[in-house]
Amino acid sequence: MTQGPAVEAQSVVKHFGDGPDAVRALDDVSVTVARGEFFTLLGPSGCGKTTLLRCIAGFETPTAGRILLGGRDITDDPPNRRRVNTVFQSYALFPHLTVAQNVAFGLQMLGRPKAEVRATTDRMLALVRLDALADRRPDALSGGQQQRVALARALAPQPEVLLLDEPLSALDLKLRKEMQSELKRLQHETGITFVFVTHDQEEALTMSDRIGVMSAGRLLQVAPPRDIYNRPVNRFVADFIGETNFLPATAHAGQIRLRSGEVLGPTTVSGAITVAIRPEQLRLSDPGDHEAIPATVEGSTYLGTDSHLHLRLPDGSRVVARIPSLPQAEPGPAPGMPVGLRVAPGALQVLED
Amino acid sequence: MTMATPEMTARRRRARAGWLLSTPALVLLLCGAAGPLLVVLVFSFLTKGGYGGVELPFTAEAWFRIFFQRDIFDGTVSAADAHIQIFWRSVWLSLATTLITFVLGLPTAWFIATRPARTRTLWLFLITIPFWTNLLIRTFAIMEVIRNEGLLNSALLGLGLIDQPLQILFTDTATLIGMAYVYLPLMVLPLYAAIDRFDMRLLEAGHDLYASRWALLRRVILPIIRPGLVAGCILVFIPALGAYVVPRVLGGGKNMMVGNFIELQFGQARNWPLGAALSMMLLLVVMAALLVYVRAMAQEGRDD
Ligand SMILES: Nc1ncnc2c1ncn2[C@@H]1O[C@H](COP(=O)(O)OP(=O)(O)OP(=O)(O)O)[C@@H](O)[C@H]1O
Ligand SMILES: [Mg+2]
Repeated sequence: MTQGPAVEAQSVVKHFGDGPDAVRALDDVSVTVARGEFFTLLGPSGCGKTTLLRCIAGFETPTAGRILLGGRDITDDPPNRRRVNTVFQSYALFPHLTVAQNVAFGLQMLGRPKAEVRATTDRMLALVRLDALADRRPDALSGGQQQRVALARALAPQPEVLLLDEPLSALDLKLRKEMQSELKRLQHETGITFVFVTHDQEEALTMSDRIGVMSAGRLLQVAPPRDIYNRPVNRFVADFIGETNFLPATAHAGQIRLRSGEVLGPTTVSGAITVAIRPEQLRLSDPGDHEAIPATVEGSTYLGTDSHLHLRLPDGSRVVARIPSLPQAEPGPAPGMPVGLRVAPGALQVLED
Repeated sequence: MTMATPEMTARRRRARAGWLLSTPALVLLLCGAAGPLLVVLVFSFLTKGGYGGVELPFTAEAWFRIFFQRDIFDGTVSAADAHIQIFWRSVWLSLATTLITFVLGLPTAWFIATRPARTRTLWLFLITIPFWTNLLIRTFAIMEVIRNEGLLNSALLGLGLIDQPLQILFTDTATLIGMAYVYLPLMVLPLYAAIDRFDMRLLEAGHDLYASRWALLRRVILPIIRPGLVAGCILVFIPALGAYVVPRVLGGGKNMMVGNFIELQFGQARNWPLGAALSMMLLLVVMAALLVYVRAMAQEGRDD
């Protein structure tokens, strides 16, 4: 999977407008995406994901920094000279062309022989399972079908990198799940490098080889989904990915303690810190458990298989624990009940703020 | 079944009301369009009167005279070269006008459609300003620009680019300049409407898929704005074909177009039937042109 870089951004800065009120859409972003990788850019709205993608595609020129494709500097190449294709959020299908003509467009522009264009188009239509609709116009297709045409159209010229800007955000949940696995399959079958943009963390976690988390024009952390989830580098990443409890704590003599003195777990740092604990890493035990932290139940939220239990700790801070829902007949922990709380080993994340 | 009856009556009543309401429009259409045409058609089959006007009997002489002429002395028949030449000049001048207005109008319309919404109205307003001025005055203004002692020649002479004034006035070129100027807004407005609806994101999509600028124009922009393009071409070509004022003022007496020739028949030549036949002929050419357009549209719609 990793045979050298497919695309690299080197210290890319992008300002919109100039002077003091310029928007810093990208603030010194450096990232290397490996060949054949499924790389996801994740971040809240307005953090610069689209801008980075547009810099790679060639629609925006970076204010500073360079873009490399397969090791070659393409910063100054226009979009039609970059072996990069984009799946647009709005699909941007050509309304005057049929599905097949849409898919063939890129190949025709590259001047490929007619026979090759036809063969590749047919293969792409089969790949996205649209052979039956080859002669339809885009406006006679459903959203999911249009999505597939956009994919086939961008894949047909066999780009070195495929850029996808929130391609699934316009689809309903069920179709979205379907397209997620479809995308994974397509990437697997074509072996093309995918750079995928989303602000849906679950989508990012399930699909990616690696995730780059962005905020306010900066790339905060680049890591595989497991590491992003279990070892977030800072509070923003921990908060943005999944649900997390943040607790003020002090580290001293190899131990992390709550402000009220209860031991949470071991550490190597010292001083005032914040720890992050995922709700599913908290376990309930008896109120009398000496190794557990005494807590008081404040309420619960039923989520189906699991429930969220809202608890108050001795130092006054509140945490949420995710526990399996009990059968209907059994009464759950009622508000006001004292419980013990254990932290799963290795679940504590010490964060720099 | 019983339920359907009142509903059907209501529908019938609505239909009758619809007809009743459209009566004024129908009467207007009959009197305003079909009526005069019918008069012209009848005139074209009558004999010319001595001092203008028409008289009986019915004859196809006028129609014959469009294409052929009879020698006064020996009665031999030959093609009416002068008439055919005038028709031909009208057609090619109108085609050239359409082409020029398109070449100038497309970038203009594009420019306006890509302005921010606030200034766009201003640009559109500027484009329509010529409509507020009398056609004759606009034509004389062009004359002022291109005549031998006019603005253009003075400027070129002053700059030392030429040492003899260019004889533009009273040539086909003058007619062409005048018509392109007069009909340009008719090309710009429908093009603007089409470009305004054009999704600019398609340009990025095309550019991303390796299309050069030229390929974008040919393969993406023009096919999509074609309805506006066709409308513009029709709006320019048809009135240009029947143009009267511009060729009269700028083309001079010799470089007549059909419109001037028709006027001549109803005026000095006192040959109303020929004038009427020529008018009908012009109408036929226009309808043929429209038919070609419609066919082309339908054809391409099927091909794509
Ligand atoms: N053409 C532009 N002119 C001025 N500012 C822009 C332009 N394009 C983007 N920006 C600004 O740059 C910042 C980053 O925008 P960008 O579109 O990259 O965000 P994003 O991460 O894609 O957000 P979203 O998830 O909402 O699509 C935003 O503050 C945006 O307002
Ligand atoms: Mg975006």
